[in-house]
This record gives sequence, structure tokens and C-alpha cells, in this order.
Amino acid sequence: MTVKFTQEHEWIKIEGDVASFGITAYAAEQLGDVVYVELPEVGKTIKTGDAVAVVESVKAASDVYAPVSGEVVEANEELSASPEKVSEDAEGEGWFAKIKLSDASELDGLMDVDAYKAFLESL
Amino acid sequence: MTIETFTGAKALLQKTELLFEYGSVDKTGIDTVKPEGLADNLGGLKRKAKPNLPALTEPEAMRHYIRLSQRNYAIDLGMFPLGSCTMKHNPRLNEAMARLPGFSDIHPLQPQSTVQGALELIDTLSDWLLKLTGMKAVAMSPKAGAHGELCGMLAIRAALDARGLQARKKVLVPKSAHGTNPATAAQAGFEVVEVAQTADGRVDVEDFKAKITEDTAACMITNPNTCGLFEHQIKEIADLIHAAGGYFYCDGANFNAIVGKVRVADLGVDAMHINLHKTFSTPHGGGGPGSGPTVLSDALAAFAPVPWVVNDGDGFKLLEHKEGEAAQAFGRMVAFHGQMGMYVRALSYMMSHGADGLKQVSEDAVLNANYILASLKDVMTPAFDGYCMHEALFDDKFLEGTGVTTLDFAKAMIDEGFHPMTMYFPLVVHGAMLIEPTETESKHTLDDFIKSMRGLAAAAKSNDKSRFDHAPHLAPSKRLDETQAARKPVLKMAD
Repeated sequence: MTVKFTQEHEWIKIEGDVASFGITAYAAEQLGDVVYVELPEVGKTIKTGDAVAVVESVKAASDVYAPVSGEVVEANEELSASPEKVSEDAEGEGWFAKIKLSDASELDGLMDVDAYKAFLESL
Repeated sequence: MTIETFTGAKALLQKTELLFEYGSVDKTGIDTVKPEGLADNLGGLKRKAKPNLPALTEPEAMRHYIRLSQRNYAIDLGMFPLGSCTMKHNPRLNEAMARLPGFSDIHPLQPQSTVQGALELIDTLSDWLLKLTGMKAVAMSPKAGAHGELCGMLAIRAALDARGLQARKKVLVPKSAHGTNPATAAQAGFEVVEVAQTADGRVDVEDFKAKITEDTAACMITNPNTCGLFEHQIKEIADLIHAAGGYFYCDGANFNAIVGKVRVADLGVDAMHINLHKTFSTPHGGGGPGSGPTVLSDALAAFAPVPWVVNDGDGFKLLEHKEGEAAQAFGRMVAFHGQMGMYVRALSYMMSHGADGLKQVSEDAVLNANYILASLKDVMTPAFDGYCMHEALFDDKFLEGTGVTTLDFAKAMIDEGFHPMTMYFPLVVHGAMLIEPTETESKHTLDDFIKSMRGLAAAAKSNDKSRFDHAPHLAPSKRLDETQAARKPVLKMAD
């Protein structure tokens, strides 16, 4: 299992050819209390950079971008009733959806945990 | 000494229940004779239960709303430094003019020969707006800022379609834009492409250039922008979008800073809405309605929505249909012609100030904002260096390590008797505090405000969190749980 990060403050956890993703703890902290999550539709084909979900906090609403291309195979429906999971456990129970990867080589362009930490330092 | 009263009232500040809580079916505010001998045509569908509506006596209804109004903060009560909203004084002269029977007692379906004065007023106001902006045409009917944006973007769509460019869908919008800009673009069927911002708070022209493609339909840019800064490369941006065959929509929300100083046509603007309810002092923020006439360039004028007023030498007429000179109109934005009451107030404001007065409005608005910026920059942290336009923007660096957030700071301002500034907007500035005093605040009021803000900043830095925790302490309601309200809203009275 590998975890990667994007410059848009998303994490992606790869298990075989399926990857779950969500927003990072840093992003969740910046947003403040999350009050609503709009999830991607299961079965939808998405490509890297598409706005696939929306996360709304008391401060702002933000798009969440697809970290990789593929097909949405599962969405975390629990977030609809309990959006606070994103604030409380962004990189665990606060996952948004699972994507079946269409091009595993896209992962090479993403940051590992050390690179992401360095990226946060640079902000 | 704190006294908890037996009624919940605080002397002159009475307790206020919801209408449903003290309404009762046994009471009535009106006394009418029950109609007799009438048959209904409902075929057995007549309601059996009584409608669940609160019944109150007339004094109860009056008191309910007066009590609520006492809890309301209003521009007539104090300074309302809500950045980007231009909460200026609504002159009473405007109100007197709007109540003249020739303007207030007319109906949109009246024969046009009987409302010549009203039509002339719309025509005169259009003329002022065109002179102030240097533009070719104005669609008067949009009923708010965002409605004006939609009008402008639909005119751009119509112009592109007329050139056979249906495929052009991309609209460039800077990161610092008002949320309505991307929403409008999407609503009008466009796709939004975000443009980066430079370290000095302006559009990154290099990024703008890089994001122009053959699909580019338009850009939407606010000037002065939401950071309160003039986009000094605006002409270059306009030239770039025009060279690419696209159009320049300017968000006119901040027109108040440049009226009489800058003719937007000279900046290369193709469409811009003008918030009469901001720049031209008509009431808003609960006292509206808004009104967002949209000026259009030579390139877009032919596509302006109907209706508009024409004077054919034989009196004023409303051009209502897509024919003659309106043959290319993209349609209409509203059923009738827009917000007549706001037209009267806006023209009253313009004529009472005159051209020189309107220019001074802009100058004083910018001066007041810079007075605040200069008076607070040693204790708070301005988001950007240099002078500002009509609003001063601070970030939350000065609160670092104090445990006080922008939200706490804003709530403490309520205890000080001020409406909070705009907070957490624009999104590109961390913990943003956007302060727009407008030109109508006196130096006396500004000094009171500055004293409060300096006091709060000092309190935060001295680790005195007591006035911030759970603030406001002195308001009728303490800190409300916004998170819970958004997550678990109660939208329905219990049965």
C-alpha cells in the first residue's frame, strides 16, 4: 500500500489497481469545520484534474480534483450524513471515493509523504 | 451586577418569540364578516383541518416585528464596514423622490402614454450610466449584481454564437474573484478556468496568457479587485483576451472606487454590471431590492436584452420585442423592465451629487479606506504593501500565536457596536479581514472604529482571550453554533 499527495492537498492511497482519496489533514484544518460534502457519482469516468467533488466548510466551498484518472467504483456515502468525519479524520474515515486506475503511471507524478511535507513547509 | 429577569426581557430590549410560538388560533388581527351563501368548486377537496398559521392580534404582530428590528444591525444605526458590499448611507432625499406618486403609484401594464415621466427617468438614468462608463448600451432590467453578470455573459454567448463560435466555452476567472463569477459562468453554460494571482495581489498576466486557448470565450475580472487593489495591467489583459477573439466581462461590484475617475470603456471592457444598490446608494442588505444595470460595448450592444426605452421624437416608448433595432436581442431578463424604485433613488443620488460630486465620492471612499489602513497597519497586518483603493485588506498574521481567530475577532467587534468586516474573503488571503468604510462615514466615526480595532488587536496580543472566547458577550444572542446549524439545520417548526 502506497500513499501519495497532490499539490491540491489531496491524498491518495493505492491498493492494487484501486485507489481511495480524500483531502489532507492540512486542507481540512485550513477549511475549518466541514459541513457538507458532494461526492462523485459511482460509475463515472474521470480524468486527472477534473473537479469531482465539493467540500463545504463554514468558511468556504472548494472543489476537490481527481488526483488520477479512472472510474469511480465507490463513494463514501457516510460523509453525506456525517461530513464532520472529514474534519476529524481527513486521511482515514474522511475518504471521499475509490477510483479504479486507468493509467498507473500517473502516480509517478505525485508526491510521497516527505515531498508533501516539504511542499507544506514551502507555503 | 447581572440580573436574569423573570420575563427574559432586558429592559427596553424585549424578549422575542417566534410567531408560531405565541400565535394562537383563538385570536385574529382582522375583523371581517364571514361570507355567506357561497358555494365552493373544490369537489370535496376542501381543507378540513385549520391551516397551521399563527394568529395574532394587530399589536402583537406590530410588536413582533418592531422587537426583531431592534435586534437588527443597520446602516442607519452604525458603521457597516462589510468589505465588497459598499454599505453606504441611503440618502433620505432618494426616499422622498421614490415616494412621489408619479413613480410609486404606477403599474408596469399601464398605457405608456400615461407613464412618460417614468420612462424619461429610465432614459435619463441610462444616459448617466453610459456617460460614466463610456459604453455603447445599457441593459437596465437586471435585478441584482449576479443577475447583471448573467446578462453580460448571455450577451457574450450571443455575440460568440453570431460569429459561429458556439464551441467557445472557457471563461478565465482569477482565484480572488467573487464566488458569483464562476457561478454565473457555469449558469450561462461556460466552463471556468482559474487564473493565478501574483504575490502583490493582482492577476498573474503570465498565467492568464498561458491559459488562453482557442476555446476561450471570455474573462471575468473585478477592478478594483477583491483585494481592494487596482489591476494596473487591466488594459494588457483586455488586449490579450480581444486578440484571442474573446470578450472582457468586468465585475462592477467595486465601481464605487472609480466612478468619475475611470471610464471603463477605456479599459477595454465589453460588459459590466453596475450595482445601483452599492455605488449609487440604493438600500440593500435586507432593505433592497438590488438593481444591476449592465453596460455593453460596441461589440455587444446589438445583443442587449429587451426591453429598453427609446425616444422617437413622439415621446418615450419601451422597445419590447425582438424586432427592428432589437432584432438581435438575446431575449429578456425579467418580465417587465426592472426595479423602478431603485432607478428613482439612483438618479436622485446622481443628480444631487452632480458629476463633480460623484468624482469626489470615489476619492473620499479611497481616502477613508487608506485612513483605516494607515491607522491600523502597525497593530494589524495588511495583506499587501502599498495603498489600497476603496477597501483595506488585512490577513491574520497579527493574531498568530494568540489563539484568537479572524472569526473571534469579528465577533468581538459586535460587542464594540460595529457590524463585523467581511471575513475569510477573498479566499487567497489567510484569515482575511476586508474593511470597506465607504465615503459616507465621518472622520469621527472612523476614529471610533480605529480605536476599537486597535483595542481589540492589543487585547488579542496581550493574551487576554476573555473578550474573544464565545464573543459576542453583549449581543442579544451569544455566539451561535454555525457548524451545527449548517450540519443539522432545523428548517421546519415542530408539528
